Amino acid sequence: MTSMQKLYLLVPLAPLFGAAIAGLFCRVIPRWVAHSVTILGVAVALVASWVIFKDVQAGNTFNGALYTWATSGNLKMEIGFQIDKLTVMMMMVVTSVSLMVHVYTIGYMAEDPGYNRFFSYISLFTFSMLMLVMSNNFVQLFFGWEAVGLVSYLLIGFWFKRPTAVYANLKAFLVNRVGDFGFLLGIGLIAAYAGTLNYAEVFAKREELVAMTVAGTGWPLLTAACIGLFIGAMGKSAQVPLHVWLPDSMEGPTPISALIHAATMVTAGIFMVTRMSPLFELSETALSFVLVIGATTALFMGFLGIIQNDIKRVVAYSTLSQLGYMTVALGVSAYSAAVFHLMTHAFFKALLFLGAGSVIMGMHHDQDMRNMGGLWKYMPLTWITSLIGSLALIGVPFLSGFYSKDSIIEAVHFSNIPGAGYAYFCVVAGVFITAFYSFRMYFRVFHGPENFGKAHDDHHAHGDDHHGDDDDHHDEHHGLAPGQKPHESPWVVWLPLVLLAVPSMFIGYYTIQPMLFGDWFAGIVTVLPQHDVLAKAGEHFHSAAGMAMHGFTALPFWLALGGVVLAWVMYILVPSLPGRIAPLFAPITKVLENKYFFDRFNEIVFAGGARLLGRGLWAAGDRTIIDGVLVNGSASAVGAVARLARGIQTGYIYRYAFAMVIGVCLLLVWRLGFK
Amino acid sequence: MNFPLPDFFPASAEIFVLVMACVVLLADLFKSERQGWLPYLLTLATLAGALAIQVGTAGADTTLTFSGMFVDDRLSDVLKSCLYITVFAVVVYSRDYLMARGLERGEYYLLVLFATLGMQVMISANHFLTLYLGLELLSLAIYALVALDRESARSTEAAMKYFVLGALASGLLLYGMSMIYGATGTLEISAIARKLSDPATNMDVLRFGLVFLVAGLAFKIGVVPFHMWIPDVYHGAPTAITLLIGSAPKLAGFSMAIRLLVDGLPTLAVEWQQMLMMLAVLSIALGNVVAIAQTNVKRMLAYSTISHMGFMLLGLVSGVIELRASGDIQLSYAFGSAMFYTIAYVLMSAAAFGVLLLLTRAGVEAETLDDLKGLNRRSPWFAAVLMMVMFSMAGIPFFIGFFAKLAVLQAVVAAGYLYTAVFAVMLSLIGAFFYLRVVKLMYFDEPLDTAPLVASSEMRALLSVNALAIAVIGLMPQSLLTLCATALGQAMK
Amino acid sequence: MLIEYFPILLFILIGIGFGFVPMIAGKLVGPSKPDPEKLSPYECGFEAFEDTRMKFDVRYYLVAILFILFDLEIAFLFPWAIVLEEIGMFGFVAMMIFLGILVVGFIYEWKKGALDWE
Repeated sequence: MTSMQKLYLLVPLAPLFGAAIAGLFCRVIPRWVAHSVTILGVAVALVASWVIFKDVQAGNTFNGALYTWATSGNLKMEIGFQIDKLTVMMMMVVTSVSLMVHVYTIGYMAEDPGYNRFFSYISLFTFSMLMLVMSNNFVQLFFGWEAVGLVSYLLIGFWFKRPTAVYANLKAFLVNRVGDFGFLLGIGLIAAYAGTLNYAEVFAKREELVAMTVAGTGWPLLTAACIGLFIGAMGKSAQVPLHVWLPDSMEGPTPISALIHAATMVTAGIFMVTRMSPLFELSETALSFVLVIGATTALFMGFLGIIQNDIKRVVAYSTLSQLGYMTVALGVSAYSAAVFHLMTHAFFKALLFLGAGSVIMGMHHDQDMRNMGGLWKYMPLTWITSLIGSLALIGVPFLSGFYSKDSIIEAVHFSNIPGAGYAYFCVVAGVFITAFYSFRMYFRVFHGPENFGKAHDDHHAHGDDHHGDDDDHHDEHHGLAPGQKPHESPWVVWLPLVLLAVPSMFIGYYTIQPMLFGDWFAGIVTVLPQHDVLAKAGEHFHSAAGMAMHGFTALPFWLALGGVVLAWVMYILVPSLPGRIAPLFAPITKVLENKYFFDRFNEIVFAGGARLLGRGLWAAGDRTIIDGVLVNGSASAVGAVARLARGIQTGYIYRYAFAMVIGVCLLLVWRLGFK
Repeated sequence: MNFPLPDFFPASAEIFVLVMACVVLLADLFKSERQGWLPYLLTLATLAGALAIQVGTAGADTTLTFSGMFVDDRLSDVLKSCLYITVFAVVVYSRDYLMARGLERGEYYLLVLFATLGMQVMISANHFLTLYLGLELLSLAIYALVALDRESARSTEAAMKYFVLGALASGLLLYGMSMIYGATGTLEISAIARKLSDPATNMDVLRFGLVFLVAGLAFKIGVVPFHMWIPDVYHGAPTAITLLIGSAPKLAGFSMAIRLLVDGLPTLAVEWQQMLMMLAVLSIALGNVVAIAQTNVKRMLAYSTISHMGFMLLGLVSGVIELRASGDIQLSYAFGSAMFYTIAYVLMSAAAFGVLLLLTRAGVEAETLDDLKGLNRRSPWFAAVLMMVMFSMAGIPFFIGFFAKLAVLQAVVAAGYLYTAVFAVMLSLIGAFFYLRVVKLMYFDEPLDTAPLVASSEMRALLSVNALAIAVIGLMPQSLLTLCATALGQAMK
Repeated sequence: MLIEYFPILLFILIGIGFGFVPMIAGKLVGPSKPDPEKLSPYECGFEAFEDTRMKFDVRYYLVAILFILFDLEIAFLFPWAIVLEEIGMFGFVAMMIFLGILVVGFIYEWKKGALDWE
């Protein structure tokens, strides 16, 4: 093993080591040990990632196995790494955001009894996520996939005394199972037909695979496999209709909302599809599917952000919508744009979440925006950084969000695969919605009249959960007492905000040229010439500054400005306006409040279906068929014998024996009767 | 007329267990008041000794002895070694439970040893009569064990049911054997296989007998529709006995399937594979779905057994016998995956019931899901142990159960039964629900019973080792899988 | 041909004779003074027709079962004794092992008190 390979191993293992120390000894070690050891682990991973990044930039990539886990037949399962530019970029994003969140957590969780456990979980998450992105084969990908899911469930249910948290965690688990089912099917199809689980080997066979069909169905193999894989991505990256778990996951502590449910884990699906681009490229059906799902998510989840009152939920719906943008980019084969947006989004969304967390701390764990207002005076650092995050999110030229989002819109504009027209409408309209809900939140929290410190008897209704069982929240104090003022958070909290604000502003400017229009992803992302929308967009691209200047005259900028102005009018200029126009929109609000009835739908279709199946099998299988038809039905046929037998029957043993005999008879008839 | 002295060497482990069973019996009779531990330690010594003998006498070759009725091959060495280890763990886990209920008598150890002997004989059978003898020795010992707690109406009822149904199943099996005998004129397994290619053999009689053989086998391993005894017996028997029934006999059942069907009737594979496929599919469906409705952990695990055994059968179904002559690796991998699955299941089952036993004490049974609530608060380590077991049973990577399922599914897909594989995966996902419900109860619910756990240190240690084995073999399954495949490859030559 | 079956015919006739002659002889020669006790079928010491839920002494069955077990196993000794000359030392040792196991069982039942009536 070369020294570089050792370094590759060090990246995931350092956080794992920290997680193990903090987790196994969580009852023994003092708090400062837990946070130092985990922060040290992640910091080591960050430094190592940086070294690898430089190394990869110098042209040294790696793709190989480090350990063979199992050989079964001719299928090999290995632990292997694929280190290329896509991987190092993800490694940098994961480790740097994770480090910020680790530091932030010191402040945010300072009063929580589960302090050590929390650090252990987030380090474990970092390890799992790194394994996922560094993998060179499907098995390890699946391991990372499930491991990040596991940590996510653990963290959503971190405050396991809250029934809502437990409910949310169960929901996340079940919804993700639906996604995983598709994901496993996709992997299974590839394993069955390609006979290998190694990415490079699968990609090498793609020309053979494209001609195959799934045995017995006639479906094109690659389309089926890609849609299967993408259903997995829909679960993890919260795309309609499997998005329902993400808003509820806000029950977890805010640092993990930032790390897992905004910056890294939920982008795993985007990353995975980008990795699989050689396969997706060959199936236009799958790409269209991806595009339509992504566009729907991008627009319609944005609408939901408009009516939320819980500060974290607004950011959560914004995350959903932005994930939709990334998915749209995947659908139009602009994989690099998707990953580019993934990266910029990771920084500014983590910033927004951590900012929201800082506000929540300032408000003594009150999350209801109706109780806020005018906070800019009391929390200046949080105010400025949140403003930067919001501006980046809505895509103000020169900020990083502008570059990534505009590139996606451009890419969709040039695409001509089925569904592109619809997607273009969705992403453009989404710009307006994004600006509106972002600044609605910004104005209500930081400007306007000070609503805190009043009698807040309604703050239990934070969020709009229709399963209104929040009453158990009394275990912690929330909200400000009358007369109390919010206060700026300690330095461990604002420092990460400041550090994240920097890339939120500048990273797009500096990286758009190489990532989108240069050769950064050459050889990693495969795009067929007829799909290559970024090349077309690239013809108009001259420099980052030029693009930004041009951005001021383009439609998205004006839409965004319109959204901001509307928010300003409705929440600052004429605060009574929303209340007055609300009746006009009552039916729409009702639909939005019920989140398009997705929960109801899932409850009835998936949960209800499963329950029905269980009850049906029991009723039909045990009751009706065995007891009813077999036992009683045959009884009428062999009436005399059965009556006699029933007369001497003392327990159910007779039925058991009868079932056995019937079983033998059926087998006999089946195997011998029709010969 | 002079009998040649048979070669006792291949059967030395069986002879040792038999002698030691007599020793345990006498020691129990003549021990003094203060020597209550004597039968216990002797039993453990017997099992350890048997393991040592088995490993010590293991050879690479297949040896027949007792006029071809008894076979000692790699398969029997591997299975019997697993058997001794399992029974050893069972005895260690059970002692505290039995003592607390006044059931820890010499008879328990004696019957366990006789059951072990029966399983040994089954595993090494190369003759229908040897197989039947072993099966009856095992069954009779277990009937008595189920009724060990004579005061409990539930136990006696369970024993009664098991006995009557077991007798019926034995009858079916014997009838099938007699049909096979009628068609081939021999009871020796390898001779039957040779006779099959004889055109004079009456195939209809063979098929007729085969149905009964499959029925008898299906009862023993408990697959639908011959499963009905399983929930009642698992539920009714004292938990320590359920532990025994739910673990080691699966090894013997697997061996029975291999000896009867794969070794004995290879050219009828199409016939029995179709039957087993049907039984397997039904079992996976019923086991996973009905388990969801259970509130009693023992019943839940009973239905889980049914589905796991269905899964194991899928491995047997996927072996392609026609390739036998070519020594194709696929063949032994398919059967090897079934064997791996069985061993994995035995490990998981032992640990699951082990934790249930750990939760009991004098006067307190741990049977319902409520008893598992908040286990994490009472003992984080054993909650983690049970979590590992549940994850493994649900087939979550990277525990042994995952690899077992994967290996079987791979064999199923390789044999061309794609839809069966998809079906099995879907039902396993449904099944994951009730395994994970246990995890949820342990970690997120308040304990109803907050008393500290009482258990001997050897039990704690062994249970921990058991759980670690589930995790470690899951990480490094290769050697065990290869061992299974080569053992079967050799048995089928 | 058929003459070869003559011994069988003879065997059947003698068998029937053995069955019927004593019965007929008993009817003809013996005194006949029936009473209810004599007429009832004798079955394991119990009344033939009565409530199935009656109590009975389980020790009776215990002894009976133990008797049957040992009786049957002793029955193996007869064929063994006849061919002992031919099977030699091997047969002798095999039977000794068998008897040894039997003795262990006997010790067990004795020590457990299964043979004590009280």
